Amino acid sequence: MISTAITDLWYGFGVALEPHNLMYCFLGVLVGNLVGVLPGMGPVATISILLPLTFGMQPVPAILMLSGVYYGAQYGGAICSILLNLPCHPPHAVTCLDGFPLTKQGKGGTALGITIIAAFVGASFGITEMIFLAPFLVKVALEFGPAEVCSLMLVGLLAGSTLAKGSPLKGIAMTVLGLLVGIVGSDIETGQPRFTFGITELFDGVEIIALALGMFGIAEFMNSINNTETVDLRYAKVGISDMFPSKADLKKSFWPMIRGTLLGSLCALIPGTGPTIASFVSYATEKKISKTPERFGHGAIEGVACPEASTHSSVQGDFIPTMSLGIPGDTVMALLLGALIIHGIVPGPQLITQHADIFWGLIASFWIGNILLVILNVPMIGLWVKLLSIPYRYLYPSAMFFVCIGVYAANNDMFQVGETLFIGVIGYILLRLDFHPAPILLGFVLGPRFEENFRRSLLISRGDLMTFIERPISAFFLFICAVLIVAQIYVWLRKPKIIAEEQAIEAQVPQTSYSELA
Amino acid sequence: MRGKFTLKRDYYAGGLMLLLGVGAAMTGTGYKFGSLARMGPGFMPVVLGVVLAFLGLLIAGTALGSSEPDDTRFLPNNPQWFGWLCIIGGPVLFIILGQYGGMIPAVFACVFVCALGDNTATYKSSAILAAGVTVFGVVLFHYLLSIPFPLLRGFNL
Repeated sequence: MISTAITDLWYGFGVALEPHNLMYCFLGVLVGNLVGVLPGMGPVATISILLPLTFGMQPVPAILMLSGVYYGAQYGGAICSILLNLPCHPPHAVTCLDGFPLTKQGKGGTALGITIIAAFVGASFGITEMIFLAPFLVKVALEFGPAEVCSLMLVGLLAGSTLAKGSPLKGIAMTVLGLLVGIVGSDIETGQPRFTFGITELFDGVEIIALALGMFGIAEFMNSINNTETVDLRYAKVGISDMFPSKADLKKSFWPMIRGTLLGSLCALIPGTGPTIASFVSYATEKKISKTPERFGHGAIEGVACPEASTHSSVQGDFIPTMSLGIPGDTVMALLLGALIIHGIVPGPQLITQHADIFWGLIASFWIGNILLVILNVPMIGLWVKLLSIPYRYLYPSAMFFVCIGVYAANNDMFQVGETLFIGVIGYILLRLDFHPAPILLGFVLGPRFEENFRRSLLISRGDLMTFIERPISAFFLFICAVLIVAQIYVWLRKPKIIAEEQAIEAQVPQTSYSELA
Repeated sequence: MRGKFTLKRDYYAGGLMLLLGVGAAMTGTGYKFGSLARMGPGFMPVVLGVVLAFLGLLIAGTALGSSEPDDTRFLPNNPQWFGWLCIIGGPVLFIILGQYGGMIPAVFACVFVCALGDNTATYKSSAILAAGVTVFGVVLFHYLLSIPFPLLRGFNL
C-alpha cells in the first residue's frame, strides 16, 4: 500500500511540476499570501472572484490555483496577527495573544520565523495524512449507496452548523436556509421550476459565486465600512535577519509544534471542525499542560508555535473529506467543491480513480506550494509588512470592483451583479441578527445532491424511512448526528469547564469588525 | 456552542426565519408534493420550510426563556447610512452604466461611489483611486483576460 502511494505521489509531482501547472500554483499561493496579509480580504471572497476567471482553463491548474489561495492565505494571516494584533483571519486570532506581546518585546521576527517552521511542519503532516487516509476512505466510500451518502451529508451539515461560531440553533437555521437556496431553479427530475418567481435567469439556480460574494463580500464591506480601527504600525519593523529563531526558542517550541500538528490533523477529520477550532483547542491544551501557564499571553513562543502548526495541519487535512467523500468541512471547501462541479468533475469516491491527475497533482502541489510560501515569506517579509499599511478606504472600493466584474465575467450577465447585491443586503441583515453566513454556503452546495440521494434512497426502499436505520453504515452516521445534537443540548444546559476556558481565551482576542471573514 | 442569546434581537431573528420558512412552505405547496416513495418537486421545499419555521420559533423561544440582558437595537451603535448607500449604489451604477455605457464608465463610477462612503474620503481622493482601478481593470480584464465587455459602447476601442 505504501509503495502504491509513493508511485501515485511520484505521478502527482509529475503533474504539479508541469510548467503550466507550476505557474498557476505559484500564482495561487502568491495571491493567497497577499490577501492573507491585507486586512479585510478573506480567502472565500478571493476564491469566488478568481473562480470565473478559471472557466477557460484546464481543471488541473484551476484547482491547484484556487487551493493555493486557501493555504497561502494562512501564511499571510499570521503576519497580520503577530505584527498588528489584528485577527483578520479567524484561525490566526489566537496567535495574537502571544504573537503581539513578542512583537512588542522586539521579537516579532522570531515569532514569524517560528510560525513559518510550524506552518511547514503542520502542513507536511496534513499532506501525509491525506496521502494515506484518502485512498483508504475511498475504499470504504465505494460501498456507499444513496442512503449512506444521505446520512453522511447530514453529519456534515449538522457538524458544520453546530460546531461553528455562534448559537447552534442559528447555525442550523442557516444551513436549512442554504438548502432552500439550493432548491431554486429547475427540479432535476421533473424540470419543474421552483422558487424562480417567473425570473428566467433563476431557472439555472442561484450562482454560487453570487452567493459567496454577496455573503462574504458585499455584506462584509457593509459591516466594516467606517468601522475599522486604524492600523498601528509602530512595532511592525522586521528584517530577514530577525527571522531566524535562536536554538533555545526552537527547542522550546519543538514539542508544542508536534502536539499542535497532531491536534490539528485530528480536528480536520471531524467534519465541520475547521482550522479555527483546531487553533483554539490546541492553544487551550498547550496552556493547560505547560509548566509555566502564567507566561501565556505575555509572549510565550509556545503560544505561537502550537496553534500555528495546528492551523496548517488542519487546513491541509480539510481536503481529505472534500476530495475523497465529496463532503466539504467548511466554507472554502464548499466553494472548491463548487469549483470542481463547474469544471465538470463529480466529487465523491470515484474522483481519485477517475481524475488521478487532479487528486495526486493537488497533493504534490501542496508540498510545492508550501515550499514556495516559505521562500516567499522569508526574503519578502519587508514587502508584506509594507502591504499591511494599505488603509481600508482604498481596499474595499477596489474589492467592490473585483466583486462586480468577477460576477459579471461568470456569465457575461448583468443580472448576476444585481443578484449578488440583493444577496449582500440580505446577508448584512442576517449578520446584524447574529447569523453566521458560513453554513448557508455549505447547505447550498450540498443541497441538490442531498435531495437527489434522499429521493433515490426512498425510491429504492419504496418509501420506507427505516432504510436509513436498517443499513448499518447509515445508522452509524445517524448515531453521530444524534450524539452531536445531545452534546449541544448538554452544553447549552450546563456549560462544561472546557467550553468556559475556550470562551475565556476567545474573550481575550482583540475584536475587529472583519474577524467574521471565514 | 457559545450560545449567547441577546434578548430582543433574537425575536427579530426568529421571526425572520419563521417568515422565510412559512413563505417557502407556502410556495412549495404550489408544486406537486408526491409520496415518500415517489417524491414530487414540492416535497423538499415544504419539509425544509416547515423545519425552518420551527427553528425560528425555537430561536425566539430560547430568547424568551433566557435571562441575559436586553439588547433591543437592531442597528449598530453608529449606523452608516451614507456608507451603506454608497456600497449599494456602486454596483447599481455598475449595472446601469455597464449595460448602456461600457466598462470604463461602469468601473469608474462603481469605485468612485463606493470610495465616497468612507468618512475620510474626498471627491479628489476617490476620483484618483477610481481612475487607478479603472486603468488596472481595463488592462487586466479587457486586454489580458479579454472578457466580452466593450470598453465604451458605440466606440470601437
